[in-house]
Amino acid sequence: MNLRNVILFAIMAALLVLVGFLQSPSVAMGMVNMCLISAIMALGVNIQWGYAGLFSVGTMGFVALGGLAVVLTSMPPVHEAWSAGGLGVLGALAIGVLTIVAAVQAWKRVPAGLGRMGALLVILVVGFVAYRAVLDPAVDAIEGTNTAVAGYLGGMGLPVLLSWVTAMGLAAGVAWVIGKVSLGLRSDYLAIATLGIAEVIIAVLKNEDWLSRGVRNVNGLPRPVPYEVALQTNPTFLSWAEWLGLGATEASSLFVKACYALLFAIVLAIIMWLSERAWKSPWGRMMRAIRDNETSAKAMGKDVKARHLQVFILGAAVCGLAGAMLVTLDGLLTPGSYQPLRFTFLIWVMVIVGGSGNNWGSVLGGFLIWFLWVQVEPIGLWLIGLLTASMPEDSGLRAHLIDSAAHVRLMTMGVILLLVLRFAPKGLIPEK
Amino acid sequence: MDFLNALVLLANFVLIPAISYGSQLALGALGITLIFAILRFSHFAHGDVMAFGTAGVILTTWALQAAGVSLGPLPTALLALPVGIVASAAILLAADRSVYRFYRKVKAKPIVVVMASLGVMFVVNGLVRFVIGPNDQNFADGARFLFTVREFRDATGLAEGMGIRISQVITVVVTAIVVAALFWFLNRTRTGKSMRAFSDNEDLALLSGINPERVVTVTWLIVAVLVTMAGTLYGLDKSFKAFTYFQLLLPMFAAAILGGMGNPVGAVVGAFVIALSEVGVTYAFRKFLEYLLPDGMAPEGLVQLLSTDYKFAVSFVLLVVVLLVRPTGLFKGQTQ
Repeated sequence: MNLRNVILFAIMAALLVLVGFLQSPSVAMGMVNMCLISAIMALGVNIQWGYAGLFSVGTMGFVALGGLAVVLTSMPPVHEAWSAGGLGVLGALAIGVLTIVAAVQAWKRVPAGLGRMGALLVILVVGFVAYRAVLDPAVDAIEGTNTAVAGYLGGMGLPVLLSWVTAMGLAAGVAWVIGKVSLGLRSDYLAIATLGIAEVIIAVLKNEDWLSRGVRNVNGLPRPVPYEVALQTNPTFLSWAEWLGLGATEASSLFVKACYALLFAIVLAIIMWLSERAWKSPWGRMMRAIRDNETSAKAMGKDVKARHLQVFILGAAVCGLAGAMLVTLDGLLTPGSYQPLRFTFLIWVMVIVGGSGNNWGSVLGGFLIWFLWVQVEPIGLWLIGLLTASMPEDSGLRAHLIDSAAHVRLMTMGVILLLVLRFAPKGLIPEK
Repeated sequence: MDFLNALVLLANFVLIPAISYGSQLALGALGITLIFAILRFSHFAHGDVMAFGTAGVILTTWALQAAGVSLGPLPTALLALPVGIVASAAILLAADRSVYRFYRKVKAKPIVVVMASLGVMFVVNGLVRFVIGPNDQNFADGARFLFTVREFRDATGLAEGMGIRISQVITVVVTAIVVAALFWFLNRTRTGKSMRAFSDNEDLALLSGINPERVVTVTWLIVAVLVTMAGTLYGLDKSFKAFTYFQLLLPMFAAAILGGMGNPVGAVVGAFVIALSEVGVTYAFRKFLEYLLPDGMAPEGLVQLLSTDYKFAVSFVLLVVVLLVRPTGLFKGQTQ
């Protein structure tokens, strides 16, 4: 950390403090929480791109999987649903996995030709029919139980913080499968493939109601921090609030957000420490060697494909963790809210602007871009208000412009990305 | 009779929708493949430029409708097409001059240009939402059907019917004309030949005096035509929504890669393969089988392989299978 970087972080902190004064401390605190999560997502993307040069735009998928992990881990199990169709679903999933394993084995063992194609086709068709035959009735049974509040299998009822670990596991597992299939493609094909897989993951979340209620959302997720309502009736807390000169509502909201911020900061610190260690280790040097010149790294005996898979999984796990933290903070899982512009490409802007290949840069990028993402909207509204002030009150154009001000932020992000790519391709904090 | 009924059913619910969807994808995929062949990068802003051009068409259509202009049974949007093409050509050329040209000059790695196209994607996406909003817009007018399901049933006496919408006819006709014109242009004209030469071997093309900037400009202009047509036809057939157009990126890329990146014939074939599989896999074949199978053997379920929400999974799976089995695509495309 040289002086320049310290100043950059100080400016960022000052901006957030300014929000605290100009808007409200609660808004600033909420923003800090989102900045911390964004920083972790950016670190995840930086591991894939900055360390290894993998252009994966499937971040949204891993973030969503992290959110799913929170539901699967921390919600109480729905016993009725389990007895109605739990075994069926597990059986169907087992059949699905067996089919894929059998197909892969057939591909490897049968010599190429019509025989192999035939064998594959038979295995896949039989497997798919069996899978659907077992799955469909089970799903109907599960979705029929107590549809209004449940209609899904529920989770394992474990503490919510544990779900942050399972989120990493889930994202890593899926990343292993994806990586096995799509790594080794040329760089922009990998991008298309990962873009596709992210859409598929979101489609699964939206449509498999037995898993996480689909678009009906899961709300009321357990929280790792106290509830505002509980604090507001707690005499000790109230006396503290009074001592600080804050109202009970404001104090409780601030306190809860500060608790989250503390948790997130601890996670960020751990990830950051690990990332920096990895970067400076022989492993990190090897990754950079592979990134900068694959052929010569191969010539030195490095297993490029295996290393790519490894780093892809690590980055995905970090993104999954961030996704789990986000859902924990929100207290609900809404599959409909996952949009590639917000959860994939915005994270990429963070990494590029911050400085790809530099962990501190990614953190700064995460903070700065999230800050802009939130603040550009009111600024755009203000600017357009200023521009249209001379128009008549009932002008249709004026109403349209004011309604559209929200979309200014997409343009701003694009312009920032283009400017940084063009004039400072190494980002705010360049790689050392 | 049963066989005919089954055929008509299949045509109505699978073949006709797939052919018109495939035509729209083909136009989009042709654009992607041309950019890849000439400029050698994957153009991620494609879906959003498509939305931009279509937004231009929609606004002009509304203006024409307000002025009382109409094409009778044909949609007014056809009249508005040139405006949309000019709009998308303007934005593509502006993006090229302000963004892509720099990377061309410094011979940046393709992946950097792809990232720059992400930036362009953001900007254009924002522009579209700013101009026309994020909501569904319907701008189809004129007659809806060439003939309806009921008319077909009455005329033929079959139990099943099929309907053909005007928008589907227009889609297929326009696509056929545009694709034919494009192939004629690429194979017969001097500019088209210089484009192919540039795509095959850049150095050799430069040596023989081909002006690269001119080739690039012509490419963007052709892409503007293709992309606006694709967007307008898709919008007439279904409806316009900025986000849906962004999502079309995946099937369009899948089509281009499936056919072999950089190969125009491949892009067209790939588009129809993708469209047919998307519609076929998500169609419930129960009634179709009821007609074909003997009595008592009819299936109990819907015989729908995947729910319609998984249509993106179809293009994705096809894409991955092709990349694994035959990375150059069905027709030999560029691999570098």
